[in-house]
Amino acid sequence: MRRFAIWAGLGALALVPVLLAAWSPYLAFRQPVYIVAGFAGIAALALMLFQPLLASLLLPGMSAARGRRLHVWVGTAVVGLVIIHVGGLWITSPPDVIDALLLRSPTPFSAWGVLAMVALFGAGMLALARGWIGVRAWRVGHTLLVATAVIATVPHAWLIEGAMEPFSKAVLLAAALFTLALAVRRRQVWRVVWRRRRLERG
Amino acid sequence: MNGSRTDRRRFLALGAGATLVTASGLTVPAQAAGLPPTPTMRGGANNYRAGAAIMERIGGGGFTMEGRVRRAGDGAPLAGRRIQMWAHTTEGHERDWESHGATLTNEDGLFVMDMPQIVPAFGQAHGHLAYDADEDGAFGGGGFETVFLRPLMSSPNDKTLFVDFVLTPA
Repeated sequence: MRRFAIWAGLGALALVPVLLAAWSPYLAFRQPVYIVAGFAGIAALALMLFQPLLASLLLPGMSAARGRRLHVWVGTAVVGLVIIHVGGLWITSPPDVIDALLLRSPTPFSAWGVLAMVALFGAGMLALARGWIGVRAWRVGHTLLVATAVIATVPHAWLIEGAMEPFSKAVLLAAALFTLALAVRRRQVWRVVWRRRRLERG
Repeated sequence: MNGSRTDRRRFLALGAGATLVTASGLTVPAQAAGLPPTPTMRGGANNYRAGAAIMERIGGGGFTMEGRVRRAGDGAPLAGRRIQMWAHTTEGHERDWESHGATLTNEDGLFVMDMPQIVPAFGQAHGHLAYDADEDGAFGGGGFETVFLRPLMSSPNDKTLFVDFVLTPA
């Protein structure tokens, strides 16, 4: 029962905002590539909700190995969706995306989006380099980068006047922050930093 | 984003002040002196397509883009100046030729364009306007510096947008 409630709750948190956005009257006035770009961003945000839970094995009915494997797949999907998001927006209106990437956009949410994207790509590249770096650098680095990506996504998504329905968007953003905090607390990433300091001192 | 609202508020205040002064029969020419020019806004020129035709209405219309063009310093209204506007509307994207149109100011420096309803795009409900000195040259003007504006609508449901141009003599 508890397992069902958790999965149903998470599914609703992730799917309801996407479905409400699909009903947006603005979509009627957009080209397909613009619609795809927008929904790639919304889907990436919805998937972000699950990533910390998969990483910290907080999802019921899932083995550690399966959770880790799924974390890699979902993480890859988020990176791919962000590439589609930015690429689709670029095709829709190149000067607006160039302004955003050069941090000279008039819209305040653009710089947050760029920060989130850079942090996300950094987290992904760190995952690729995992075999070459120490476990401490990996855990602290990956945690800091994904935390930056999630936190920067909040003002990015919130300030956009677009297809997403505001209330469901706010709930999803709050939930994404919550699962991030839950995972960071559970994994106690700061401990690897403290432990090293103690070792260096002793 | 605050720039356009400030400009609009400043315009309304100026307009109200001017009406009061005119109605009271007092004329204070010094009040308009030092009117600062409107700077080009960030992203103002995005998706600009130079050379849109002069027209009464863009597409089916329904949304009113209006404004006033004045000279920096003394605030004198500028007649016959060419203003081009474009936006993401119910009928097309900013880049579509069909989304662009131009008009000339009347003797009071005022311009009006009937255009399709602006729809939020790229995260904000906004329009684009240009005073392009090169294009204005074809209409006996061109004596002012080019200005590109990107004003925001206070609500996506607005049916009208007022935009102030204060131009600097080139």
